[in-house]
Amino acid sequence: MKNTLRQVFQSGKFLVGFCIFVALLLIVFLYPIFIPDPPLAILGQGTFFPPGIYVSTFDSINSQTIYTLNLPDAAARRIDTRLNDQQRQDIKDWLVLDGIPADQIDITNTAQLLDLWGKNYDPNKDIPGLTNAKRNYYQRLSVSLQGLLLTAGQIIALPNATTGALEQTGAVNQSDYVNIGQVANVRVLPLGTDNFGRDVLTELVRAAGVSLEIGFVAGIIATLIGLSLGLLGGYVGGFLDDIIMFITNLFLVIPAFVLLILISFSIGQESRGAFTIAVVIGFTSWVWTARAVRSQVISLRNRDHVNLSKLSGHSITHIIVSDILPYIASYVVMALILQISSGILAEAGLSILGLGPRTTEMPTLGLMMNWAMIYQAQILGKWWAYFPVLLTIALITFSMNLMNTGLDQLFNPALRD
Amino acid sequence: MPDEKKPCLSATGLTKVFGFGRQKTVAVDHVDFDFYEGEIISIVGESGSGKTTLAKMLLGLISTSEGEIYFQGKKRDLGKGIWDQWKKREYWKNIQAIFQDPYSSYNMFNKIDAVLLDCIRMRGGGKLPQAKKIAMMTEACSFVNLKYEELTNKYPFELSGGQMQRLMIARIFLLKPKILLADEPTSMIDASSRATILDMLLKLRKETGMTLIFITHDIGLAYYVSDSVYIMEHGKFVEHGTADEVILHPKEAYTQRLINDVPKIHEEWDLSTV
Repeated sequence: MKNTLRQVFQSGKFLVGFCIFVALLLIVFLYPIFIPDPPLAILGQGTFFPPGIYVSTFDSINSQTIYTLNLPDAAARRIDTRLNDQQRQDIKDWLVLDGIPADQIDITNTAQLLDLWGKNYDPNKDIPGLTNAKRNYYQRLSVSLQGLLLTAGQIIALPNATTGALEQTGAVNQSDYVNIGQVANVRVLPLGTDNFGRDVLTELVRAAGVSLEIGFVAGIIATLIGLSLGLLGGYVGGFLDDIIMFITNLFLVIPAFVLLILISFSIGQESRGAFTIAVVIGFTSWVWTARAVRSQVISLRNRDHVNLSKLSGHSITHIIVSDILPYIASYVVMALILQISSGILAEAGLSILGLGPRTTEMPTLGLMMNWAMIYQAQILGKWWAYFPVLLTIALITFSMNLMNTGLDQLFNPALRD
Repeated sequence: MPDEKKPCLSATGLTKVFGFGRQKTVAVDHVDFDFYEGEIISIVGESGSGKTTLAKMLLGLISTSEGEIYFQGKKRDLGKGIWDQWKKREYWKNIQAIFQDPYSSYNMFNKIDAVLLDCIRMRGGGKLPQAKKIAMMTEACSFVNLKYEELTNKYPFELSGGQMQRLMIARIFLLKPKILLADEPTSMIDASSRATILDMLLKLRKETGMTLIFITHDIGLAYYVSDSVYIMEHGKFVEHGTADEVILHPKEAYTQRLINDVPKIHEEWDLSTV
């Protein structure tokens, strides 16, 4: 036993898969301890905030100490973030359409460009060849460019409590800085927010945990059913075997996923919890385990050590448990690993179709994919809403398949490379 | 040989058919015999002649296709299906076996003690005090020149093939069945321990007076140990009689060939005819 374990951990493939899997498990267990936010709390007003560090503007302006830093390229950076090369080109295009010769426009000279723009641009001007969308775009651009070249600061004002008139309380200069550590509210959203404005990372960690639970429950149920039916049918044989094989073949010819869809559809949205889905997945995916176990048992039941056990007067249960089960244990562990990973995939598949667990309680990897798909994250290019989910699913199944292959090579030397 | 011979194990028209239709294989074909109590019987044949199938039928490990087996004059009834297990268990108190391959005869997940303890339990000694059980196991082990203290807490794969097969004999020593079916017990053992194992089997048989059914492909061995010899070809007994009759005066060409196949040490190998 000890020897087998040592061998298992000397297999490179198993070790890599095991490390990835354990790392995922550690994240799933430890992350909620350090960041105990509710995973489905809606933080953002709006959809799909990009990943990054969010600093409270209000707290920055009202920060206790304001530092003055005279950085030489500050103005250039400020202009660059508000007027990028594409926008400069767009401005040039408009100006050319308006009738200004192209060679007179230098898009690198910001002052000249904005001067021309300010003199010529009029939202009511009828420029031929511009779509409505483009027209609106130029209007927005024009608004955003206001005050771009100003060097003066801005006034902070508060409305007077009695008159309602604004009264200056302070000013912000262009060279004013705050230390981010002194800003009261800074929120890091490493993976941004999703369509509901929820923190994707917190949600993802919880979802991975729930999906793993679903996979484990489904895998264990499927393996238990498959194992017991396979052992019974294979060892006892005869009529019992015929019945078991009939049921197994019945399940085999109906594609498991179709069965899964039909069952979870008929259960109804309200009673579909994560556990129910796991049980349904377990009850539809035991077939291959049963068949494989049965064929292994059939080859084992005529071995000499089984005959000897019979001759020693052991009962059927004793023979199955102590003379057959240990010989197929390695195989069953491998089947269990595969069942867990395919259970996770099946949940993801079901949830993408909108037949997964009900959506109000906990996220799962499939549900996150479903939300991202419904809110068109992939069309809008909001990669953070679906790509990390895909990566997590891929990592989980990859690590489990790697462990499975490692074990397979260990227990079946013909497969070693 | 006693004058009054009591049949211990007999069969009429015993047949085993595997498969059906085109793949039908008749492994044992309408075999009749009477094995007498206390005799050593050899069943000799080439591989594929149905010896092992016959042995398994006699042991009740596989069902018979046709024919009847009589145990001590009475028709053997092992019951049907999984609900009549006790009938088989009763039968197996009387008939035991040693298999051909000692390496696959043991459950490699169980320690050696378990094998011997099973025998004590089967003989009704399951509730004996621990010291008594150990004494019995020590006795059985010393009968086959093994030391119980060295074997306890070991796994079967830590033993050599010869030791494993000797432990099988120790098992029979504890069980003391009326009939022992030895299915080529020495074929997987190296030549040096072969004689030891045979001697132990014969010694055990002398002490307990059990019927020994010896299945082998080695006609010389059969001649050496047995009272009567059955020659088996393609599932049928082609010739039987006392060892002297069959081997010194063979009537069948098949028997003659088996005898000629025995290699002689001092003869030079003639590879040109192979």
